[in-house]
Amino acid sequence: MGFSGKQLMGVGIFLFVIFIGVPLIIAATGRWDFYYTLTSVALLAIASAGVWLTFYIGRINIGQGAFALIGAYVSAILVVKAGWSFWISLPAAGLFAALVAILIGLPILRLRGVYFAMITLVLTQVATLTALALPITNGAKGISSIPLPSGVSIFGIPLIPDFSSMENTKLAFYITACILMIVTYAALYRLVNSRLGHLCRSMQQNEELASSIGVNISYIRIVIFAISSFFGGIGGAMFGSIAQSVYPSSFQVADSVNFMLNCFLGGLGYVFGPMLGTLVLYFGWDLLFEFGKYQMLIYSTILILLIRFLPNGLLSLSIGKGDKK
Amino acid sequence: MSPLIQVKNVTKKYGGLTANNDISFDVAENEILSVIGPNGAGKSTLFKMISSFVPTTSGEVLYRGERISNLKPHIVARKGVVRTFQETTIFKSMTVRESVVVAQHLRAKASLAGYFWGSKAAKEDVDAFGKYADELLEFLGMSPISNEQASNLPQGSLRALGIAIGLATDPKVLLLDEPFAGMNHDETMQMVDLVRSVRDERGVTVMLVEHDMPAVMNISDRIVVLNFGEKIAEGTPSEIQNNEKVIEAYLGSVDDEIGM
Repeated sequence: MGFSGKQLMGVGIFLFVIFIGVPLIIAATGRWDFYYTLTSVALLAIASAGVWLTFYIGRINIGQGAFALIGAYVSAILVVKAGWSFWISLPAAGLFAALVAILIGLPILRLRGVYFAMITLVLTQVATLTALALPITNGAKGISSIPLPSGVSIFGIPLIPDFSSMENTKLAFYITACILMIVTYAALYRLVNSRLGHLCRSMQQNEELASSIGVNISYIRIVIFAISSFFGGIGGAMFGSIAQSVYPSSFQVADSVNFMLNCFLGGLGYVFGPMLGTLVLYFGWDLLFEFGKYQMLIYSTILILLIRFLPNGLLSLSIGKGDKK
Repeated sequence: MSPLIQVKNVTKKYGGLTANNDISFDVAENEILSVIGPNGAGKSTLFKMISSFVPTTSGEVLYRGERISNLKPHIVARKGVVRTFQETTIFKSMTVRESVVVAQHLRAKASLAGYFWGSKAAKEDVDAFGKYADELLEFLGMSPISNEQASNLPQGSLRALGIAIGLATDPKVLLLDEPFAGMNHDETMQMVDLVRSVRDERGVTVMLVEHDMPAVMNISDRIVVLNFGEKIAEGTPSEIQNNEKVIEAYLGSVDDEIGM
């Protein structure tokens, strides 16, 4: 699969902005808090990528908060109680979330439309209550003072420096989150443009016809839901590591709804839609902070208008980018 | 030679309603067999059971002696028995060519992971799918519309697209659900020729459910007639045309009409 010069240039500019442009601007303006905001955006975008993928098989997923919470807890428990390195706990958190998704997905992925959405909406609440009830998650007190990620070296060559010995962990977390986000979206892009992606599209458009041409729709549904939740778990685990704590309320139903809104806002037809959606939604909410008690009202009105007039998302505005699916 | 498909004592009950009652017939290789009958006779239900879209209540369907009923639709499709749908069941936002390419996925040699990483086998598959799609669309006379989006196509082309998608899976048996419905005479004749060439040139055995009698009489080698879920007749077009039970089923018996 070839990339056009325009696409390569777009990717180049994007990488330049996040790895060189943003740090320079922040250093110049002294707004170090922006690192935390942008790191959050990157991590939320990872979880949103998962939600977007479930949309791609025609399912509305409002349960990503549950998998983010699972990921955050798994990583925290492995680091604090089992003494694992964070960098090993990160994929483990994703895999555990995927495993849970497979078990939950087997019965619920048969449902379609609003019924699937309703069940997933409940999942986040279930995850929160489970975290409150289980002894290993430490109930309402959660898990706090999680150590910062340790260094990684292979044969004495340091690959990742020890975060606790760093002066500027904000920058380190920002870079880590951005790398994770880029890997996630690159994988998503590949997936969507490979055969699995084409099969997903066929299922999204007509499950009956898809099964008549021999697509094992229940298998693909499970695989996609597992990948989706893997992203959720990774995003959540990284979040827990930055906050150095996890509580049952770390990811709530509102977060799950936001993950879904990010996808709507950016555009369900575009792989990079949820990334843009997360950025706009996160900053949009912050910018409206000045309106005080009207914040929510203005915010929701804008959202309704956006969905009404741009049903295909913000990316549908940019003509000529339609091929960048 | 043993028959390609054997429908054996198939019964389907929905609650108290019997949609199909104890239906048996065989389909020979390379045959065009039509299933006809008045509305509500159970034709579509029968097709759904053959393609395993619904389970049978009792009885079974065999393909080359192997049971294909009460499985999953995709497994039956993989064995080579593929159904088409009426025109509304398409991949709306794909182009004609994309639909035909995606429908070839059963022929893929590379694994899903191979596609993700862009393995050599995957690249060969992609080339082969594209080539075969072009060839198939050429065969079906659809090359001029190959880059049209499916949702923009007129009804006749949608039918052809449905057949193209079915054929792309490389089936041994193709079940066509009302391929001539809503077509005018010329379109129907074109479609009759197309279906016949699918059998003659591609060696695909065809079963179809249809209402259009002239077309059915023209195209079929044999016909199975259903009425109220029962098989009332089976035979060549000329045998069926002269069968009293069939005439009765379609026109009502003479006794009924004069109220005796």
